[in-house]
Amino acid sequence: MPRAIRGVLFSPIVFALVTALAIGAVMLAVTGANPLTAYQAIVTGALGADGIGNSLTQAVPVTGMALALAIPLRAGLVNLGGDGQLVLGGITAAAVGLASPLPGPLTLVLAILAGMAAGALYAALAAVCENRFGVPLLVSSLLLSYPAMSAASYLARFPLKEEGSSLPQTRQLPDGVHLPSLGSGTLNAGLFLVAAVVIAYAVIDARTPTGFEIRMTGRNARFATYAGVDRPRLTLRLMAVSGAVAGLVGSIGVLSFPYRFIDGALITPNYTWTGLLAALLAGAAPLGTLAAAVFFAAMTTGGAGMERVTEVPREITTVLQALIIVFLAVRTGIFRRQPRGDS
Amino acid sequence: MPIDAELLASALRALTPILLAALGGALCQRAGVFNISLEGMMLVGCFSAVTGSWFTGSAWLGVLVAVAATTAFSLVLAVGSVSLKADAIVLGVAMNLLAVGLTAFLLRTVFGVQGAFSDPELKGLGAVGLPGLDDVPYVGDVLGGQSPLVYLSWVAVAVAAVFLSRHAWGLRLRGVGERPDAALSLGVSVTKYQYAAVLASGTLCGLAGAQLALGNVTLFSENMTSGRGWIAVVAVMLGRAAPVGVLLAALLFGIVEALGFRLQGQGLPQQAADAAPYLVTLVALFLSTARRRARRASAPADEHAAPQPASLG
Repeated sequence: MPRAIRGVLFSPIVFALVTALAIGAVMLAVTGANPLTAYQAIVTGALGADGIGNSLTQAVPVTGMALALAIPLRAGLVNLGGDGQLVLGGITAAAVGLASPLPGPLTLVLAILAGMAAGALYAALAAVCENRFGVPLLVSSLLLSYPAMSAASYLARFPLKEEGSSLPQTRQLPDGVHLPSLGSGTLNAGLFLVAAVVIAYAVIDARTPTGFEIRMTGRNARFATYAGVDRPRLTLRLMAVSGAVAGLVGSIGVLSFPYRFIDGALITPNYTWTGLLAALLAGAAPLGTLAAAVFFAAMTTGGAGMERVTEVPREITTVLQALIIVFLAVRTGIFRRQPRGDS
Repeated sequence: MPIDAELLASALRALTPILLAALGGALCQRAGVFNISLEGMMLVGCFSAVTGSWFTGSAWLGVLVAVAATTAFSLVLAVGSVSLKADAIVLGVAMNLLAVGLTAFLLRTVFGVQGAFSDPELKGLGAVGLPGLDDVPYVGDVLGGQSPLVYLSWVAVAVAAVFLSRHAWGLRLRGVGERPDAALSLGVSVTKYQYAAVLASGTLCGLAGAQLALGNVTLFSENMTSGRGWIAVVAVMLGRAAPVGVLLAALLFGIVEALGFRLQGQGLPQQAADAAPYLVTLVALFLSTARRRARRASAPADEHAAPQPASLG
């Protein structure tokens, strides 16, 4: 067998996929479902005529959050506050979109920029906690996330609440402040915004000195410091960018159907944690993160499709996603080719 | 606002799951294993406690099932992180999501419901009295009438504190965490001690989950731990991985949570009450690291020194 093919067959990713699917199959069989039918339904649900549009729609926020978390992760920094940055971006975009007196398209742009700024500032606060106060970023970003979610929830329930509605949601944004739809489905121009982030990240990562500094810090933070990388400054900048991208995802969520901020709507689909897993799966490499995020989004959509045609609960796809990462982590742990700087 | 007995009693209830999980995290930290899967472990504990209690009709058997299932779940971290040297952060994040997916999946396949399971027939742990203490004014109101696992958690703090500072195994465990190569050269098996610490954290998180699902309330709902495991991770850090320090950190969190709940009755928005414990914890972290830095500045320490020795434990 040629070495290249053998390399793919025994690569950690294939090992992780096969093992996770096998364990999932056992779980399905034990609960009385036919694993083959269920897996087939996941594939049909994700890639079938109806599914592909939904998969792409789901891929926009998952990829966005995956990128948001991959950017600092590339330098070995773990941002666990994605949820807070995401909802702050969303609620800010909603508030600006509702309040702005400008014409529709300008308001749309302003709302997106405001959402990104809110996410960026809040994430930068976590970096300040590490740089100035010595609280590790992992912990500071996480602790700041909960108050942000509470604040957004408060705003959606009281000051910005739609009058007369029984739901915790803002008013609907005016017609001009909607992201333009692509075709007849649920897909909209948010796809291009996230695609632009992917391209920008890929180019900066591969072609610029900044990208090199980030990767060097990720591989070996001490060496990077020795080589002249200003670590606190890098942390601050990476967190600001990370928060901006999370805020962008929140803005896209609010500027898409049903065109309002609904309390919990950005959190319950687990975009942040699925995105973080995708970024971890790909080692935060730009195109790898994109591929992993689209794969996970397709799995989630496929799970929902499977639930409609079989009796199997869709949560099995979350289990599969987590198992893939567990086995990948374990496998790359054994066959570690190069020392990794993070952790 | 006066700190009355009722407030302290509800703070004790709120802090117990966090305390139990944080003790597990502290043991892992001392043994040199970074455990951020406390959240997922606790959630597995909640679900298995409710399942055990429901099918056996006994809350105590539910606790046993929770301990067994969560200890088994913690094997993922033990095997992955200790034997196979997987990245503990990656593994932890994956285990937390695995717990969310697994419990939601099983909730629907075992109980046939979505979102939450509760039933009047489901047996909770109930409250027990402390003989002799119940009649003491104030003290009895605070300490008496709690779930048995609340009392067990205090015992666990004392045992862990004595174990880590006095017992040979505890000292070896700390040695394994601080200087693995030195421990190895003295014939102490690093792997064995790290496994023991991770499995103990699984056991403690099983108890934490049981207290949450059968003590604080009597039900299971998806993602019901809602960040408590993460707070436990922070409590380990704030308490410098010393059992008494962890107790104080958890106490701080519990009191703020109970106070917030109380103030809600007086018009404080619920969201402000929800956010308060996290902000107070963050401020406490600022103060504690600032103090540590000041101390370090006056007496330069070895930069390789692992978590500071238990000045409190």
